[in-house]
Amino acid sequence: MATVFKKTQMLTDTPFHYCPGCTHGIAHRLVAEAIEEMGFQNNVIGIAPVGCAVFAYNYFNCDMIEAAHGRASAVATGVKRVNPQNIVFAYQGDGDLASIGMAEIVHAAARGEKITVIFINNAIYGMTGGQMAPTTLEGQKSTTCVYGRDSLLNGNPIKVCELLATLDGPAYIERVALSDASSVRKAKKAVKKAFEYQRQGKGFTLVEMLSSCPTNWKMTPDKALEYVKNDMQKIFPLGVFKEVE
Amino acid sequence: MKKLMKGNEAIAEAAVRAGCRAFFGYPITPQNEIPEYMSWRQNEVGGTFVQAESEVAAINMVYGAASAGVRAMTSSSSPGISLKQEGISYICGAELPCVIVNMVRSGPGLGGIQPAQSDYFQAVKGGGHGDYHMLVYGPSGVQESVDIMYQAFDKAEKYRCPVMILGDGMLGQMMEAVELPEMKDISKLPKQEWAVTGKGRGKTRKIINSLYIQPDELEEVTHRLFDRYAEMAKNETASEEYMTQDAEIILTAYGTVGRIAKSAVNMLREKGIKAGLIRPITLYPFPSKAYNDLAKKDAVKQFICVELSMGQMIEDVKLAVNGLKEVKFYGRTGGNVVSPEDIVNAVIKEVK
Repeated sequence: MATVFKKTQMLTDTPFHYCPGCTHGIAHRLVAEAIEEMGFQNNVIGIAPVGCAVFAYNYFNCDMIEAAHGRASAVATGVKRVNPQNIVFAYQGDGDLASIGMAEIVHAAARGEKITVIFINNAIYGMTGGQMAPTTLEGQKSTTCVYGRDSLLNGNPIKVCELLATLDGPAYIERVALSDASSVRKAKKAVKKAFEYQRQGKGFTLVEMLSSCPTNWKMTPDKALEYVKNDMQKIFPLGVFKEVE
Repeated sequence: MKKLMKGNEAIAEAAVRAGCRAFFGYPITPQNEIPEYMSWRQNEVGGTFVQAESEVAAINMVYGAASAGVRAMTSSSSPGISLKQEGISYICGAELPCVIVNMVRSGPGLGGIQPAQSDYFQAVKGGGHGDYHMLVYGPSGVQESVDIMYQAFDKAEKYRCPVMILGDGMLGQMMEAVELPEMKDISKLPKQEWAVTGKGRGKTRKIINSLYIQPDELEEVTHRLFDRYAEMAKNETASEEYMTQDAEIILTAYGTVGRIAKSAVNMLREKGIKAGLIRPITLYPFPSKAYNDLAKKDAVKQFICVELSMGQMIEDVKLAVNGLKEVKFYGRTGGNVVSPEDIVNAVIKEVK
């Protein structure tokens, strides 16, 4: 019988620990497939964050480094500088990257570190049980803004792509969504482009993936995907924010 | 041929000659000459230098570079070292080698920029969270700093833990004639089997990690770390004794204060007081046996611990002396430095 589909060899056989309906699994697969399809299998190092993807080192079938909370892009800087021939990616969530790791991501981008950052924005701290994130939408409920985020009390969501696109170091910055089949296909193209720009040494690359968290959003998986599409994208519009020639 | 060099620059050059090919730092007085020197010197030897956005980022860059098996280091001073504690704990948990230089200044808080020894606890007891230690040296001069730095990466790799060189502003800023060791051929350095290369797949995958969710697993890892510390205590513990043969009063001090105390011993001897000195060179592991051996001598009446702090090392001295003899304290703090005369006067007060 002809094989029409098989799992990428860049993912291990360890079952994901992610909740049902969570889009981390899709994001992992896109990154892993991109690595395989681009032929980086024997030349790639990944950095895992702290947060829901803390066990990413169990899933990506390559050399992995587990970073402290928010420090993935600093760790990626260190390993890429001494191993410039490697493709280096950091996989970070919104609390990790846009809150505690904001200094590290801004400066890695400003220095034009030749790394690829996969930024999972699900607008919530998932691993710790649903607290407000730097990207939580106004009005969105969390365990630390139980009546919904009030911009006067809790501040406003941070738009990472727009912010980083003001810098001269980034070579490629795009925001994609994992809300339906066609947007997932677009997301994979973005990941491949980011890796390609890294390979060419053009500079810092980041792909933000709008993701769902049905468990902490207290929604069914399909409702959560609708929330990504209808609510998140209003605040976080999709598109390419920076692309160098 | 000897060369006149500032402590900070001599340490930086010794690190390069020891094979350091990645330096990540952030400006803070009184250690700025180390990153300044490294910024051009790493370039000359084909290494990496990054002026990081913070001490937190710098130590995490060290974590990344050390993960690849490259000899990586950072330097800072007290408030900056406090910021690095997160990364130091992760480096210890992930069993990575690296070198950290702390040119201590006074504290707490922003404190001052003058010499101090008030980071002793932080250096030898852990500093960050969790059960761990580092190999900590307290060199007393520029040549000793160079010699320790030259060996530091070998030790860090042997025990898979950071080596900290605990100096102070005096050590970093003073100029002395030093003999520099030869440049190591980095292609001949031992390969680190655990390092990430980008080539790992399946069973050959390398994972640098300090997360162990299963208590039994973490307990096993922690025991492995402490087995290494026990090995370290056996092999690396070092101290210097001066005129302790017939001494009745044993002065003890580390680092630059150890040298000042040596002058005080000479002055006390001229006055007919039988003083001696024990100067620990490794602060962790602490040379407890050498102290205990001295404490057991009938001639020895008491110990006087001299520190630029309110008394931190004295706790380890007391543990080592184990109640056999009295241990007194003399110290200055806030950035004040003791003179040999100050120590002599403190000792005379005690013997009266």
